Amino acid sequence: MTALVVRRLLRLVVVCVGVSLVAFSILQVSGDPVSLMLPEAPDSDRDVLRQAMGFNDPVVVQFVRFVGNAFRGDFGKSFFHRTPALPLVLERMPTTLTLTVLAMALALAVALPVGIYSAVRRDSVVDHAATAVVFLGQSMPVFWTGIMLILLFAVQWRLLPVSGWNDWSSLVLPTITLGTFSAPLLLRIVRSSMLEVINLDYVRTARAKGLSEWFVICRHALVNAALPLVTVTGLQFGLLLGGAVITETVFAVPGVGRLIVNAIRQLDFPVVQAAVFVLAMIIVLVNFAVDMLYVYLNPQIRVR
Amino acid sequence: MAITLPRDTVVAPAEPARAGERSRALRKLARNPATLLGALVLLVVIGSAVGAPWVAPHDSATQSLIRRFTPPVWASGGSAAHLLGTDQVGRDILSRIVHGARTSLMVGVSAVLVSVVVGVGLGLLSGYLGGHVDTTIMTVVDITLSFPQLLLALAFVAALGPSLLTIIVVLGLTGWERYARVVRAEVLALREKDFVEAARAMGASTSRMIVRHVLPNTFSSIIVLSTLQVAQAILQEAALSFLGVGSGRAYPTWGQMIALGRDFVTVAWWLPTFPGLAILVTVLAINLVGDRLRDALDPRV
Repeated sequence: MTALVVRRLLRLVVVCVGVSLVAFSILQVSGDPVSLMLPEAPDSDRDVLRQAMGFNDPVVVQFVRFVGNAFRGDFGKSFFHRTPALPLVLERMPTTLTLTVLAMALALAVALPVGIYSAVRRDSVVDHAATAVVFLGQSMPVFWTGIMLILLFAVQWRLLPVSGWNDWSSLVLPTITLGTFSAPLLLRIVRSSMLEVINLDYVRTARAKGLSEWFVICRHALVNAALPLVTVTGLQFGLLLGGAVITETVFAVPGVGRLIVNAIRQLDFPVVQAAVFVLAMIIVLVNFAVDMLYVYLNPQIRVR
Repeated sequence: MAITLPRDTVVAPAEPARAGERSRALRKLARNPATLLGALVLLVVIGSAVGAPWVAPHDSATQSLIRRFTPPVWASGGSAAHLLGTDQVGRDILSRIVHGARTSLMVGVSAVLVSVVVGVGLGLLSGYLGGHVDTTIMTVVDITLSFPQLLLALAFVAALGPSLLTIIVVLGLTGWERYARVVRAEVLALREKDFVEAARAMGASTSRMIVRHVLPNTFSSIIVLSTLQVAQAILQEAALSFLGVGSGRAYPTWGQMIALGRDFVTVAWWLPTFPGLAILVTVLAINLVGDRLRDALDPRV
């Protein structure tokens, strides 16, 4: 078991290095960052700045410097705001994380009961309806869902605000939007893993012992069906962050997603770099945690 | 259960009775009404994309300030000349949707082609060669998975300069890992089969083994995955153009129409609704057909 954890940790380190490389290359690929910073300046000034900021050094040296700086939290100054890039990202992180967690909670709250019911009562009305909803949900662009919700609840019925992130009422629409983005896949996973488990021998044994159906499902089937769900939930986190970027733009939520979109429009690449790096690191850590949780929950893995 | 020779028996060539399988798969597809509907919708969409200049009632760029904000034909104030209404500068929504089908389909299919080439290639190498090659490629997959795909695509399209080619390449390069993993899993399973060992005993070189014997058996998975991924690529291109990193103003794209429409949603609800419905219907159709395709091509059924 220790060997497994050590191996996973090593992989974690390698992935972190890879993530840094990709984040680093964003700025490299964008052409000449100095021209972006000083679009009007004469060439001689630009050369001086280029030399001073180290853009003339070989790429490897720049990369090592980038990683070193990243460790110290220095991602350079935003081209647009002229303040350090990382704090800009970090101060908006809680908002985005709140939205993401709320949305995932909502998605699970819908997917778990409906998925379990669909598996247990296969081919029922609920099952077919759920399948139809899943198909529909996976085909809707998340930004369109958001706009349609705004149309209905904010414009037509005037129940909720159009945008913003102030009191609880402004949290509702963004959460629902992002939740419907991730619910379909979760529903499918819950349903299919429950279906797989429900016909296995040990469940039959439990039923034969005379245990109530409810007890059988909760105690035996669900626990084992939860494993793929845990893995997928972790993987979904990355997907959700992408969806959060869009949702924040639609609802003008002051989170990291909107920061990134604005930064991209302004070609403010230090901020883009910092944000991509931070988000990727969070995903890497979440995936690692999910991995370890899976090992803990599934004893079979440890023996291999 | 009747005893049938497995497809991969040494006696059979690497492409046994495929024709029989294909027509059986098609017949299975045709029996389901949802799939038929999906296929029909797809034909309409593809037809619009290909024949846009002839199918669309108007030109997609003609502006007319007198006709701005015309509601759809069934609402009060609507006109039959503009079935789905006009936008803030008087352009016909229906025509723009028809023209937008072109970009969406083109980007969707091309991006998937890029993903297939990269992903299947790497998946084959990873699965067949194993060892360090496998570990390296799978680590690269892990790294790719650590980024939200949309975010990566956003950042790189913006960095490289938004253009149709950039979007296709970036979407293709951020979406290949699914193919790599699926193909790798299939190759790992196929590697142990008898016909592979037989071919190797006959002296087949590694590259010939991979291309001639292993690859054709992965085709069904690749086809199914590609179909579903085209749907994903369309959604992502729409997201990119919605966020303003699209391919430019020259021709309409559905995502762009929704972005423009959102600013006027309080006065003209039809502006963002119909392009979104277009995306919804197209992606739904592709998903329906792709899902059935998966069931139909499954060799175990």
